[in-house]
Amino acid sequence: MWVYEKKLQYPVRVCKCDVRMAKYLIEQYGGADGELAAALRYMNQRYTIPGKVIGVLNDISTEELAHLEMIATMVYKLTKDATVQQLEEAGLGAHYVNHDSALYYENAGGVPWTAAYIQAKGDPIADLYEDIAAEEKARATYQWLINMTDDVDLQDSLKFLREREIVHSQRFREAVEILKEDREYKRVF
Amino acid sequence: MTSQAPNSQERVYSVYVGPFDPCPPVPCKTYVVPPHLFLGFQPPNLPQFNLTEALRIGTLWPALYSTYTPHIRGGN
Amino acid sequence: MEATPCDPRYYELLEQLQTLDFALVELNLYLDTHPTDLNSIQQFNQLTQERTRLAKQFQELYGPLQNFGRAYSKCPWEWSESPWPWQV
Repeated sequence: MWVYEKKLQYPVRVCKCDVRMAKYLIEQYGGADGELAAALRYMNQRYTIPGKVIGVLNDISTEELAHLEMIATMVYKLTKDATVQQLEEAGLGAHYVNHDSALYYENAGGVPWTAAYIQAKGDPIADLYEDIAAEEKARATYQWLINMTDDVDLQDSLKFLREREIVHSQRFREAVEILKEDREYKRVF
Repeated sequence: MTSQAPNSQERVYSVYVGPFDPCPPVPCKTYVVPPHLFLGFQPPNLPQFNLTEALRIGTLWPALYSTYTPHIRGGN
Repeated sequence: MEATPCDPRYYELLEQLQTLDFALVELNLYLDTHPTDLNSIQQFNQLTQERTRLAKQFQELYGPLQNFGRAYSKCPWEWSESPWPWQV
C-alpha cells in the first residue's frame, strides 16, 4: 500500500501570474511523457521484471507521484485566482467550459490522458529501454517548458524536475547492466 | 561547426540552408548531452554536494549534475 | 496547534525536512542498483535517524505528516486540517 505524506518533495514557488504557463505545464501532468504516465508505466512493469530491478521501478514510480503533485501545485497556483478572461487569453477557454479551473489529466493541447501512452512488453530489456527513453523525453519537455517562462522561481522547480529525469535515466541504465550480467545463474566450479 | 569546450554538455550541428526557406535561417542548432550518458554504472564513493545544495540542484552527486540555461529560439 | 503554518519557522523546518528526505530518496534509488555499498547504507541509516528526529519535531508543531496510524492526533482530528501541500 501507499501512505501519503503531507508535504511536497521540493518547494514550489510561482512568482509571476502567467496563466499561459498553466496550459503548457499540463503537458507534464497528463501528457504522453508526463509524470502520470511515468508513474503508471513503472508501477505496472514492476510485476513482470526480474527481482533484482523491481526496487528501481517501484521507487522511481513512487517518486514520479511526488513530481505529479509538484506539477499540479504549479497549475493550481497559476489558475486558482485567474479570471475567465485570463483563462481565455491563455488559451484555456475550452478547458474552462469543460472543467472550470479543475485540473484534468490532459496534455497541453487538451487531449485526455490515455493508457496508450504507456507500454508493457513483458520483455525486461524492451521495458527498461522504454523507461530510459521516457526519462529522456521528459527531460526534453522540461527544457522546452523552462524556455517558455521567465519566472525564475518556476524555472527553479522545473530545473529540479529536469535533473530528476537524468538521475532516473541513470538508474534505469544501471538496471539494464544488472540484467545483462547473469550472476544468479553463474555456475560455481 | 562551432568548437566545443571538452566537457561541455551541449553539442552543435549545422543545418542545411535551402534556397527557398521562408524564414531567416538558423545556421546552427544545439542539443544537450547530459553527464549520465558518459558515466556508465555509477562508481561508489563519488563526491557529494552538501545536502542543501543537493536539494536545490536535484541530485546528490556533482557527477550527475546537468546545468540548463534557457534558450529562446531566435536568440536569447 | 500551538504554531501555525505560514510562519517563517514552518517554511524553515519544512525545507530542512525536504533536504534530508531528498538525500534519502537519492541514496535509496542508488542503493536499489548498488545493494552492497556499505558506506552508502551507513549514510542512509544515519540520515534516517536524523530524519526521524526532525519529523517528530515538525509534527509536534504543525500536525501529522502521515495518516493511517503513522502519527498521533490531538482533538479535533488534525490530519484533514488545511493547509495541504499545494496550498502553502
